[in-house]
Amino acid sequence: MQPVATTFFFYFLSGLALLGGVLVITRRNPVHSALSLILTLLALAGLYLMLYAPFVAGVQIILYAGGIMVLFLFVIMLVNIEKAGKEEQFNKIWAVGLLAAVMLGGLLVTVFVKGNALFPDRGMMLPPEESNTQAIGTMLYGNYVFAFEIASLLLLVAIIGAVVMAKKRI
Amino acid sequence: MVPITTLHYLVVAAALFVLGVIGVLTRRNVVIVLMSIELILNAVNLNLVAFSRMWGLHGQVFSIFVITDAAAEAAVGLGILIAFFRNKETVNVDDVDLMKW
Amino acid sequence: MLDYVTSYLKSSTTPGQAGDVLWSLIYILAIFAGLSVAVIAMNWLERKILAHMQVRLGPMRVGPHGLLQPIADAIKLLIKEDIAPTEADKWVFWMAPLLVVITAFTVFIVVPFGPTHAVTDMNIGVLFMLGVSSLSVLGVVMAGWASNSHYPLMGALRSSAQMVSYEIAMGLAVISAVLMTSLGSEDSGTLSMIGIVQAQASQETWFVFKFFPLGLIAFFIFAVAMVAETNRAPFDLPEAESELTAGFHTEYSGFRWSLFFLAEYSAMIAVSSIAVTLWLGGWLRPFSHWLSGDPWETVFSLFPGLSFLVLAAIAVFSTMRMPKHPYFKIQKIGLGVFASVLLLIGVVLFLPPVRDRVQDIFWFVAKVAAFMYLYIWYRGTFPRYRFDQLMKVGWKILLPMGIGVLILTAVSGIYF
Repeated sequence: MQPVATTFFFYFLSGLALLGGVLVITRRNPVHSALSLILTLLALAGLYLMLYAPFVAGVQIILYAGGIMVLFLFVIMLVNIEKAGKEEQFNKIWAVGLLAAVMLGGLLVTVFVKGNALFPDRGMMLPPEESNTQAIGTMLYGNYVFAFEIASLLLLVAIIGAVVMAKKRI
Repeated sequence: MVPITTLHYLVVAAALFVLGVIGVLTRRNVVIVLMSIELILNAVNLNLVAFSRMWGLHGQVFSIFVITDAAAEAAVGLGILIAFFRNKETVNVDDVDLMKW
Repeated sequence: MLDYVTSYLKSSTTPGQAGDVLWSLIYILAIFAGLSVAVIAMNWLERKILAHMQVRLGPMRVGPHGLLQPIADAIKLLIKEDIAPTEADKWVFWMAPLLVVITAFTVFIVVPFGPTHAVTDMNIGVLFMLGVSSLSVLGVVMAGWASNSHYPLMGALRSSAQMVSYEIAMGLAVISAVLMTSLGSEDSGTLSMIGIVQAQASQETWFVFKFFPLGLIAFFIFAVAMVAETNRAPFDLPEAESELTAGFHTEYSGFRWSLFFLAEYSAMIAVSSIAVTLWLGGWLRPFSHWLSGDPWETVFSLFPGLSFLVLAAIAVFSTMRMPKHPYFKIQKIGLGVFASVLLLIGVVLFLPPVRDRVQDIFWFVAKVAAFMYLYIWYRGTFPRYRFDQLMKVGWKILLPMGIGVLILTAVSGIYF
């Protein structure tokens, strides 16, 4: 399948993702932040599709945008966050945090500039003959089966932990 | 225009990462801090998937594990938030000081 | 120009895969128009069928036998005043119905009406469908929150909890069906919708009859979960009028409410199309392998025309039974016109060139129409589930059944 208008879609989707990111950290109302995060997640799913990773894009939409964000919205509604929306939004020491983050960004940019010569962009690997999902499945149940089982145990522990934390009386 | 290389995706991922770090370090509302952590995790995912285009499917498999972990951590973090909110009726990070001397 | 059109009609892939933007747009417009007509028809059908099940007549005045009732309803909703609660969050209030409608319509990109009649055939069609329907939960939550009032908030929380619970059972049933696609002699498993129907064609059974009764149980789980997913009876506690004053869309009026209504019916048609594609063989005609060969092909190809002729006959019969009072003259003429339109469509569907092309679409639409009738039948028959009973069914009954069916299907696939 020929990619169509790659440049336009890349700039459009990454613009949406960054816009969503900025809105997440600056909105006063947490519900608006959650909705901007959903925008970022969907834009990232589009970017994964452009990177020939359709299975990860699908998983991102189902789990992240359709699962985790619903959880966030539920908790925001239950916690009755009206009063917090009228308080001061940013820390007293926000300048220090901003400076630290900008320095981190500078570090990353330096890594990219210097590292671009060390790791030249290899040619993109061709999409495999068997479908992407099948290849990921073979790997997940082949090489990474131990990590897979541990991840399921982790999810079980998280479920039990969340239920215990949120119950009124144990 | 310049063809889109992996570096473009890495720059977007780095920008999202920095935005997430700003959110974690400067906001007072616990829910928004948790959402900034999700932004950081997504930036890492984008990085992994961008590299997996060159170096094989391992990046995509690992990004699935990252999404799973993000789900578990969001659930537990929000559970802790609910438990704390029941005691203290506030979602301000500065007010989580019950163990201070 | 003409050979552009004919060269497309002979193509062997969907327009999305061929990268053909113009034909994809035409397909999208056709699906949009078809869905609008289907929602209007569903509105009328639901009121009439529900009424006849309850031994009453339903709308009879607006057009002949109430045929213009949906149009009258649409006009009324469009000219109503657009009220929003004062304290409502304007942005979120505006965006919630949009999100629900967009996700309900986007599912139709992957729904196949024929071997090449889909907008596109994604490799991850099933995953896409599940993901997009899980986004509709967000719209419901946003609607309840933005209305800033108790009843919508409680309705939204209950409705979204119900939708999320039954999504899991739906996903497990879908995985069982996808598992069956890998069991044919020359099949490798696939997540694409067209691939699933082609796997059913090459394995010569519809998946609902495969490994009897496993396919049937998986289909049953999906059928129950899809009714709960679309918040329809008997799982409609969140929007029942006697319980929660219309739930999450209480504060919406006029056009915004009609968007929710449109989204609900489109979601019903969407999940029914998924069920038809995954279990009931999509566009394949019944008995395509037991009764194969040319004479049977001709017999089955007469069905579209025959069905429209039967409908036209019913319409003519009701025209003749209308009371002979001058008050009913306009209605009689209207019904006569409707009957003749149906007759014309029926005759057109008998002509051989049209007959061959319209087979796949007709069987698909007929199966989805059967599902729509089932939805209306459930609404007229079953009492409502209480919310805790609803959650119990979703988590404690359907989820273990789904896991059991999945394991048994995998085991049967290896040994049979």
